[in-house]
Amino acid sequence: MSEFLAMGGYAFYVWGSYGVAAIAIVVEIVSVRARRRAAARLAAATRPEQPK
Amino acid sequence: MSLYRYSSPAAFYPLAGMMAPWFAGAALLCTVAGLWIGFGIAPTDFQQGEAYRIIFIHVPSAWMSMFVYLVMGFWSVLALSFNTRLSAMMAQALAPTGAIMTFVALWTGALWGRPTWGTYWAWDARMTSELILLFLYFGVMALRSAIDDPRRADRACAVLTIVGSVNIPIIYFSVQWWNTLHQGASVSLTAAPKMASIMLLGMLVMSFAAWFYAIAVVLWRVQAIILERERGAAWVAELPKLRSAVA
Repeated sequence: MSEFLAMGGYAFYVWGSYGVAAIAIVVEIVSVRARRRAAARLAAATRPEQPK
Repeated sequence: MSLYRYSSPAAFYPLAGMMAPWFAGAALLCTVAGLWIGFGIAPTDFQQGEAYRIIFIHVPSAWMSMFVYLVMGFWSVLALSFNTRLSAMMAQALAPTGAIMTFVALWTGALWGRPTWGTYWAWDARMTSELILLFLYFGVMALRSAIDDPRRADRACAVLTIVGSVNIPIIYFSVQWWNTLHQGASVSLTAAPKMASIMLLGMLVMSFAAWFYAIAVVLWRVQAIILERERGAAWVAELPKLRSAVA
């Protein structure tokens, strides 16, 4: 296991790549979900237009 | 019933909500399979050692960074030609995901370049044009947030996106047109791949993961954008989920 994590001496580069990519994905998913919730709250609070 | 029905935000909103979880699930499956192949099965590279395993995230994100831009350009052309709201919303939803893919491609490229080329960064044609792509995504997003009227922002962003798409063939062919530190394409449609087939398989599975992920997250984002921009429309007020959100 520790041999696997060491990545033949390239741990910083390999895990630095995958770690930042994982963080980017998590941040994107969390922010999109927050945006959906905020948009739904805003839409729910908006009085619908009366059909003309 | 035709596909044109779904050019209306009211019809597309529930469809997007229905499709997104399936694409997210497919992305998760492909990621697990791709990482298993990439880290569990694919052997150590005889020249680069373990450092080459960055390929399984670098190449898919770099492909997606360009592909997302092309899709954004496609929706921008439709938005300008037919003045359809949903096309512009799709383009709007794609930009942040494209920017993230571009950032990941640049970041992983730097971390791969250091052990293999001896430098994190060089101003060669491939890297510079990819950096310009990141700025194009930022530019489109900044332009949108700078214009209050969403319909005017749609047109302005569409024009900028279409003009900026000239950068995509420059990125793709940069390694042929100029003498770059970045290597040429290892995989192309016209020649046999220049890499071991198990490594290629891992890369392709991870590419599918990136595709499915991008589709899922863009569908979720376009739902948020539809709600933001269509709020006040009668159909939005009738959404069952919104009713429960107020109650």
